Amino acid sequence: MSKLYSGAEIVFKCLEDQDVEFIFGYPGGAVLPIYDELQNHSSIKHILVRHEQGAGHAAEGYARSSGKPGVVLVTSGPGATNVVTALTDAYMDSVPLVCISGQVPTHLIGTDAFQECDTTGITRPCTKHNWLVKDVKELPKILHEAFHVATTGRPGPVLVDIPKDIQFAKTNYSKPKKEKKLNGKSHNKYSQKEIDQLIQLIQRAKKPIIYSGGGVINSGPEASITLREFVKQTGFPITSTLQGLGAFPGDDEQFLGMLGMHGTYEANNAMHDCDLLINIGARFDDRITGKIDEFSPNSKKVHIDIDPSSINKIIKVDLSVIGDVNDVIKSCIKTINKKNKSFKNSNKEKISKWWQQIQKWRKKNSLGFVNSNEIIKPQHAVQRLYELTKNQDTFITTEVGQHQMWAAQHYKFNKPNRWMTSGGLGTMGYGLPAAVGVQIAHPDKLVIDIAGEASVLMTMQEMSTAVQYNLPIKIFILNNQYMGMVRQWQELLHEKNYSESYSEALPDFIKMAEAYGCKGIKADNYGELDQKIEEMINHKGPVIFDCHVDPNENCFPMIPSGKPHNQMILGPTDQEENKITGKGKSLV
Amino acid sequence: MVKSKSAYSIPTKKGKIDTHIFVVWVDNEAGVLARVVGLFSGRGYNIESLAVAEIDAKKNISRITIVTTGTPQVIDQIKLQLKKLVPVHKVANFKREDKNVIFKEMALLKIVGPKNKIDKCINACNKFNPVIIDKTNKSVVIQITALRRDIDKMNLKLKPLGLISTSRTGAIAMTRGAQVLN
Repeated sequence: MSKLYSGAEIVFKCLEDQDVEFIFGYPGGAVLPIYDELQNHSSIKHILVRHEQGAGHAAEGYARSSGKPGVVLVTSGPGATNVVTALTDAYMDSVPLVCISGQVPTHLIGTDAFQECDTTGITRPCTKHNWLVKDVKELPKILHEAFHVATTGRPGPVLVDIPKDIQFAKTNYSKPKKEKKLNGKSHNKYSQKEIDQLIQLIQRAKKPIIYSGGGVINSGPEASITLREFVKQTGFPITSTLQGLGAFPGDDEQFLGMLGMHGTYEANNAMHDCDLLINIGARFDDRITGKIDEFSPNSKKVHIDIDPSSINKIIKVDLSVIGDVNDVIKSCIKTINKKNKSFKNSNKEKISKWWQQIQKWRKKNSLGFVNSNEIIKPQHAVQRLYELTKNQDTFITTEVGQHQMWAAQHYKFNKPNRWMTSGGLGTMGYGLPAAVGVQIAHPDKLVIDIAGEASVLMTMQEMSTAVQYNLPIKIFILNNQYMGMVRQWQELLHEKNYSESYSEALPDFIKMAEAYGCKGIKADNYGELDQKIEEMINHKGPVIFDCHVDPNENCFPMIPSGKPHNQMILGPTDQEENKITGKGKSLV
Repeated sequence: MVKSKSAYSIPTKKGKIDTHIFVVWVDNEAGVLARVVGLFSGRGYNIESLAVAEIDAKKNISRITIVTTGTPQVIDQIKLQLKKLVPVHKVANFKREDKNVIFKEMALLKIVGPKNKIDKCINACNKFNPVIIDKTNKSVVIQITALRRDIDKMNLKLKPLGLISTSRTGAIAMTRGAQVLN
């Protein structure tokens, strides 16, 4: 007879067989048998967070920066409800997470027991799938299936709820069978026919644009290399969503910058005026499209995505190619190489006028801002941070708000998996715990959370985690004393009624850093910024950097109030001369 | 028009709304119905009726039939979203007007009243294969099978004759001829 293992042992056997190295968690009554077992498995390191939401975001940061699923371990009741925000965040941004939660013993389920909640009920709409384990014999199968669901197709979070009695109960364990198909759901559903159609559209296009998204990142680092090859081969301009940044080099001549609500003038106008739009692994999010009815009105639209339900969800497309981004682009490159040897040159000629138009738009310099030589402008701070860190492999996380957009606009990413931000859900407080997870995955790399002072206070307790594990994360706070994005909207859309968007009693971040046992640095004038940033980078441990910036700065350009892409508001430097801005102003 | 303060786009075009019947084959496991129904409520889709029961005890498969309304785009989304659920095996959908598919619903009607009114009710149900399941001096329970809209009509018609309670199964569907749903 084979050996019998307890449910808690099986949890670790499964994690070992899935090559899990780190779990982010917080103990509690209903997971204690699993915590008991932890010490017997030296290949798995547990990172103790200070709040379960932090565990979730740390696991997200780990997953997004390493390409491996993040594993979270929490207790029942409040442990599970605290992780809901992170699960929803991961669901919106397609991040693979496996969350294991404890549950009260089976016989107490439904009795309103201490720290009981309907975890699978609560997390059903924010996970790809979840399981309540009712029989220990099911546990190994469920755990391996959980990893499979989380990591295949469009990735996402899953949750396995394990009652305490199941953690004690014993059963056999067998290793997972490789490549089990899940209800026959395979991912590549395109044929050569669709690739040929796409190539035809590419050949006919006079004003094409490629719009790439987080799907390229999720497809793996190879997809970014393939994308670069494809863009070079076609000579097409490329723009990227917030989540897609880094898939294509941010400083490349063919890159138009980010598109959407705070995207560049050239990217948004090119989206509006193009005759061929190739969406690679993005989902036509409403921050991207603006007004749907007037979105890219004269273009043929192609959508490449692994998730069939993304097709025609928001924007009706002319051609859909369902499959893994990397496989699809590879097929395209192959087909072009095979059929059209002279393609490269003829194509570039055809779109040269389009490039001239794009250069005109570029001259607007829509990311420009009026710098000051006294007060620190937040855009300037991000630019300096970029200049001073670009010579090393730097990982950036952000919170949510103005600072996030400035980071996306002014920090140039050249590699995938270097940019971790909460796009879909827009979770304030994401960046600090995410930085913890990133640093765990990349202990020797520079990890910076570009933060706002309001966001960072939401999960500040995770500094304690960073100190405990000696994670040298840098929290770079653009401190404007406001919830900046809220203030901006109030200024532009709500008659300057700054209702509750000013934080009156901010903590002294330097003292706070010292209280946590890390270093605090403060910068509040233009002249000292570079030197202070250098000081932050050179410090070996975690740092909280309190960068006092202009509290009245707004994030431009901006597409206001559900308007189409060609009706942007530009920054103050452009506002007098620009006709479109004039129109935009009357709209606000 | 009132100036919009929202940064969300408001669609100006609206598609034509059709009634569709979805047939969904699922693993018969705890919570599977909640997953399907939660998908509908969470994404704002409508459910007009829902019928579910196990159809294959050996393979542990249940069949869910849902009547819903939506624009072609929404109907398409419902289908694709349903297919993403892990316990869902296959999904079929038809327009209500589809001649190749049979849609039927069963109803139990309880009528309380004098004999003449009860007889009138039984007569009125004649078109819909009435079965008298229970009868007393003062009451009758009639089972009918019919289209949804016919049951709606009967409901209205029998109210003045003493109909006091109606129970309906919700529509179920089957293709005509030799072919099966795919």
